[in-house]
Amino acid sequence: MPVTTKESKVQEVKSERGSATACAKSTLAWTLSEGVIELALHRAPCNELGSTSLGELEEFVTALERMQDDAHALIIYSEMTPGFCAGADLRELYLRSEAMEKAEAAKGVRDFLERIHRVFNVIDGAPLTTIAAVHGVTFGGGFELALTCDLIISDKMARFCFPELRLGLIPGFGGIPRLKRDLGNAVVRDLLLTGRSFNANKAQQIGLVSQVVGEGEALRAARATAAQLKKFDHATVVAAKRFIKPIPHEELRQEIDLFCELFGSPAVEAGLRRFVENTDAQPYLP
Amino acid sequence: MQNAEQTLDEILTLAAAHFKVPCEKLSPDEDFFKTLGIDSLQTLDLLTKLENHFHVELPDYELQGVSDFRTLAGKIQARL
Repeated sequence: MPVTTKESKVQEVKSERGSATACAKSTLAWTLSEGVIELALHRAPCNELGSTSLGELEEFVTALERMQDDAHALIIYSEMTPGFCAGADLRELYLRSEAMEKAEAAKGVRDFLERIHRVFNVIDGAPLTTIAAVHGVTFGGGFELALTCDLIISDKMARFCFPELRLGLIPGFGGIPRLKRDLGNAVVRDLLLTGRSFNANKAQQIGLVSQVVGEGEALRAARATAAQLKKFDHATVVAAKRFIKPIPHEELRQEIDLFCELFGSPAVEAGLRRFVENTDAQPYLP
Repeated sequence: MQNAEQTLDEILTLAAAHFKVPCEKLSPDEDFFKTLGIDSLQTLDLLTKLENHFHVELPDYELQGVSDFRTLAGKIQARL
């Protein structure tokens, strides 16, 4: 879906097979065709999640709630070469926080977290099968977005990471409760407490990724999986998903509280400044 | 099990193919960030390629301070 301006463009396209919808925004675009919703992320350089992305994700989930009755699958993928999503826009977070009084910055952070949690909870609980088709960098908030999906299909060059501890923070977009939901506690401790990145094969070994495919093939594999899902009774799928995939609402709220508590510390300000100002070849390493 | 020199040769070949440069351009002991003009994310890509090729897992924090292929080869060799 080409993006020409920051204004959205909604097209209603009717075909012999039924209606289709397309909408293009500045950081993402979505389509609904033949029962499959596709959300394409396209903010350079790697879909960093800042205020514009959040606003457009909120528009997407509003549209999702209208589209989901006509769909059996949602695929989320990236059109950016470096990867699926590198996480929160740390530059925006740092610059905005520095420009405010501490109390105002803290309120702004909590507001952002509560909004992104609402978006991610809608995707997590959507009454259709959701698939994250990932490649390259899938870090932090990007990893958390992928974790909202029922399935992660990864190309062999994808790399996953929760680097937040390197900044004096914890994942704040729901990553910890969702990791705990999906994986054993020892693996969760390894990922969070070391902050190390790991490849797609490792991700599949630990049960995070359902399919590892060739480089550049994740979207194709996701579409093939979505085509298979069309065969199943929708009401049964919805009931099964509700049964097997509870949303950990209380823990998600606790994560927001802990993140906000940590955010005010000097270690976080120093970590963010170091990341934003660093021109080293390896700025992401502590 | 292969030796360190073999591992180094394979890494140089893989890196040359991955970054699309002639193998002769890559020196085992020079700073590959400067030689290749790559950034941290591109290094992670190379790390993934090496992990897949050698069937090892190398925590990226072990790469801290590593900027030449010989040292990188030593890290991989230690996990074979």
